[in-house]
Amino acid sequence: MNPHLQNILNFIQQDENLTAEQKNAITKSLKDADKELEITAFKLDRTEKVKRTTAILLEETIEELEQKRKAIEETNSALQKSLEELKAAQAQLIQSEKMASLGELTAGIAHEIQNPLNFVNNFSDVSTELVDEMNEEIDKGNLEDAKQIAQDLKQNLEKINHHGKRAGDIVKGMLQHSRSSSGQKELTDINALADEYLRLAYHGLRAKDKTFNAAMKTDFDETIGLIKIIPQDIGRVVLNLITNAFYAVTERKKLQPEGYEPVVAVGTKKEAGKVEICVSDNGTGIPQKVMDKIFQPFFTTKPTGQGTGLGLSLSYDIVKAHGGELKVETKEGEGSEFIIQLPTN
Amino acid sequence: MKVLVVDDEKDVQVLFEQRFRKEIKSGEMMLSFAFSGEEALQYMKANEHEAVLILSDINMPGMSGLELLQHIKEKYEKPPPVVMMITAYGDDENYNQAMKLGADDFLTKPVDFNSLKEKLKTRIA
Repeated sequence: MNPHLQNILNFIQQDENLTAEQKNAITKSLKDADKELEITAFKLDRTEKVKRTTAILLEETIEELEQKRKAIEETNSALQKSLEELKAAQAQLIQSEKMASLGELTAGIAHEIQNPLNFVNNFSDVSTELVDEMNEEIDKGNLEDAKQIAQDLKQNLEKINHHGKRAGDIVKGMLQHSRSSSGQKELTDINALADEYLRLAYHGLRAKDKTFNAAMKTDFDETIGLIKIIPQDIGRVVLNLITNAFYAVTERKKLQPEGYEPVVAVGTKKEAGKVEICVSDNGTGIPQKVMDKIFQPFFTTKPTGQGTGLGLSLSYDIVKAHGGELKVETKEGEGSEFIIQLPTN
Repeated sequence: MKVLVVDDEKDVQVLFEQRFRKEIKSGEMMLSFAFSGEEALQYMKANEHEAVLILSDINMPGMSGLELLQHIKEKYEKPPPVVMMITAYGDDENYNQAMKLGADDFLTKPVDFNSLKEKLKTRIA
């Protein structure tokens, strides 16, 4: 029994003023109180134990959470690293796609440079002859004839200058194509841009496949003037669409060697608030079942090793980045038309 | 001798006219120009058998020089004009094809005008 209750009990037992009955009743109450106290103490003890267990559990949980947090942090930084690696890989892919398309152009570029260089050489050769002839005329006193030759010489020098510049422009265009995009929009003559890439793509293909030939048609809207675009980027889109068009007509020619005249057309058009560059062909067309995949990265219908499957996907991204649209209309077996729409504001 | 020069590069005309200015002056040669295969055929239709010699580029947009050659050699019943092909691509494939189609000669760019003159002179003789 609780010592304080025992003291009270002892006092009461010795008290002579209380009847035995009263003493019994008080003793019973005291015993009951003692029992209840004991139960409460027990309960308290149990709660105490539960509390301790809970505290231990809590501590363990906190520790576990901390471990999990660390694991998540590690996963996050691993993901971040993967993302960075992916971005680097993507940049590399874009660059190699660019270089691949430049590779396809090499022969065309060589041909396009050779032509003006031939003119430079030929016109300077013939000019040397003309100088000799002019001296002869002067010696003979035929000043009129000498003047006429001088006139021709001047014209030849202009031709040499013109063709030298032409070769220079092609080299400049090639460097611009391979250089990573400056990302700067510049006022650009899209007619000249489209024409240049059409010629390069044509000669590139001709050099690779001697039997290939296609009629090239151009329909440029001369009222367009200059529009603000990133010329290297839009140039790549145009080149990609033209290369695809030539591929489509070549494929159709293989299926239909007789009575088929391949035609690739490039045109520009000014519309309200926008300009359009259209690249069309009368090639194989695009089957309906692949239509919704053509802008997906790595999707290609070309045999392995012949296409990266990135051309149209990158083109789409470039046009989108210019705030424009890349649309396609096609009929299987009849041809395709790709339309680049660019805002002019 | 009447010569038709076919090339899609317009400056070829100025170049040829200067290179052959003596021959043109003396009346030895008469040059005409066409800037595509199609134009060449039109010219030949309009001036039947006038040109005795055709110098054609191979690599032209639209009708290629080889197609023009084939057309001339197949469609002309009377002795067809002499056709010399000129190309920037002096590869075997182009050469063999030109020869198979009946080309009379095959020159590569840049044209060596001295040797071309020699060749033309032997054709005249």
